[in-house]
Amino acid sequence: MSELDALYQEIILDHYKNPHHAGLRDPFEAEVHHVNPTCGDEVTLRVHVADGHVEDVSYDAVGCSISQASASVMADLVIGKPVDEAMAIHENFLTLMQGKGQVEPDEDVLEDGIAFAGVAKFPARVKCALLSWIAWKDATAQSLEAQS
Amino acid sequence: MTTLSSTGHPALAGLLPELEVVRKDFPILERTLANGQALVYLDSANTSQKPQVVIDAMVDHLEHHNANIARAMHQLGAESTEAFEGARDKVAAFLGAPSRDEVIFTKNATEALNLVASTLAWKGPRQVGEGDEIVITEMEHHSNIVPWQLLTERTGATLRWFGLTEGGQLDLSDVDTLITERTKVVSFTWVSNMLGTINPVAAITRRAHEVGAIVVVDASQAAPQLPIDLAAMAPEERPDVVVFTGHKVVGPTGIGVLWGRAGLLAELPPFLGGGEMIETVRMERSTYAPIPHKFEAGTPPIVEAVGLGAAVDYLRHLGLDAVRDHEHAITAYALDGLATVPGLRVLGPLDATERGGAISFEVDGVHPHDIAQVLDSRGVAVRAGHHCAKPAHARFGVQSTTRMSSYLYTTPAEIDALVEALEYTRSYFKLD
Ligand SMILES: Cc1ncc(COP(=O)(O)O)c(C=O)c1O
Repeated sequence: MSELDALYQEIILDHYKNPHHAGLRDPFEAEVHHVNPTCGDEVTLRVHVADGHVEDVSYDAVGCSISQASASVMADLVIGKPVDEAMAIHENFLTLMQGKGQVEPDEDVLEDGIAFAGVAKFPARVKCALLSWIAWKDATAQSLEAQS
Repeated sequence: MTTLSSTGHPALAGLLPELEVVRKDFPILERTLANGQALVYLDSANTSQKPQVVIDAMVDHLEHHNANIARAMHQLGAESTEAFEGARDKVAAFLGAPSRDEVIFTKNATEALNLVASTLAWKGPRQVGEGDEIVITEMEHHSNIVPWQLLTERTGATLRWFGLTEGGQLDLSDVDTLITERTKVVSFTWVSNMLGTINPVAAITRRAHEVGAIVVVDASQAAPQLPIDLAAMAPEERPDVVVFTGHKVVGPTGIGVLWGRAGLLAELPPFLGGGEMIETVRMERSTYAPIPHKFEAGTPPIVEAVGLGAAVDYLRHLGLDAVRDHEHAITAYALDGLATVPGLRVLGPLDATERGGAISFEVDGVHPHDIAQVLDSRGVAVRAGHHCAKPAHARFGVQSTTRMSSYLYTTPAEIDALVEALEYTRSYFKLD
């Protein structure tokens, strides 16, 4: 597979064309807006947490295929999970993205997220893949704070 | 002007004579990328490539003449000082500056603009205050927006700006309500780095001078591709300050130029304090050196100045008229080529005579990042994003664009490669 095909896996292009959980929904405890200042990609993201679970993640994202698909995959992965487990998935994805292409992705944890393994070889695109994940972590922390 | 050759492929008039020889001056153009691909460098508005003479001038200086300037009482010091001040003479000649002492070396264009905007906030005959207005435009690079925002925030002055027409020109219809006796500064770009638009410097300057405003022109994109002759301009149409950045005129990074009218520079307080910018220092207070040294505190970018001197000499040797004609021919050819790509929309003037060599565009259904990525896989280097011109993007309702920017070494074949790579991008993302 060429590096380009490794970057643009079918799974990524599918999520890009048909993003899951897109749009902003109620209820939510926290809404954040994150920007990638170098390219201008933006995401507005809401998190609803109840009983220690991520009940909903909704978002409005403008950006490239990688950043859009990443938001879609992230929402798939964390919605319905206990917050602790979702945070662990976040860590796992972060490690993959920061691994410069040397980290073997764990399909049991990351599911469709393993398609982003190829992104780690393109330093300029890692930020695109992480934008919504970092926004989610921020919003989740704020949601938990709002509830305590 | 184009004529059709027997193959039906336009043979371009206006290209630099001996383009292939000129390209050999730029060693980087010979390198290959991953998988042995040829480099098609179309990101010159971001930074230009460097000819061998610039590289050699810098290496020679470091190998044979390196010493600090002005303060070293030895032969090397004299040689280094001569090289540095010689670079100032070359830049003065490049701009047609009325006086070589009006040429101030800075770190880049950004620092030059900050120098003006900062010193205008401080005590002095030109100090900006409440009730005063600063006028900029919606097509500025962030470095010609943010310093003026800082100035108005610090002083209580008001920031105003020219809007843009749908076609990417400055909307000058409200010039008389924007430029008034309250206007203290009018600062605008000569050539837009996003839209490519060439702005009417003389007309705007004349109007601003009628109300006594200072005119600052950002020539970062103009200096590389348009002949500039400040001394030949009518005084009322000559800006008070013109800035540009070294790395876009085939020079090195780390150096920029501020040309300022001597009278204005005398009125502005110093920007940074330190060595070299003083006349005498006592513990209570200091007096300052005359220009240009008043604005050059500390050890300056010496070898960068030497490189810049070689760079502007190289451009003058090619002839800025010839460079402009080349850019014009390539830009016209690129606009024609881009027009053949389905779903592609160019932002900014569509007439090559009204624009410089930076062309920003959108392609329906593919994000600029993804376009740039696929182009890169074919060796075609372009820029994707907001190109430090977010307000101009917002004006056209887009968040980012892809930008190709040619320069004096760009060939029609490279434009063909771009167009082909864009076709490939569309098919890669299954847009047909
Ligand atoms: C129009 C314009 N102004 C200012 C700049 C800033 O140049 P520099 O970053 O070298 O200071 C640039 C280049 O990025 C530019 O295109």
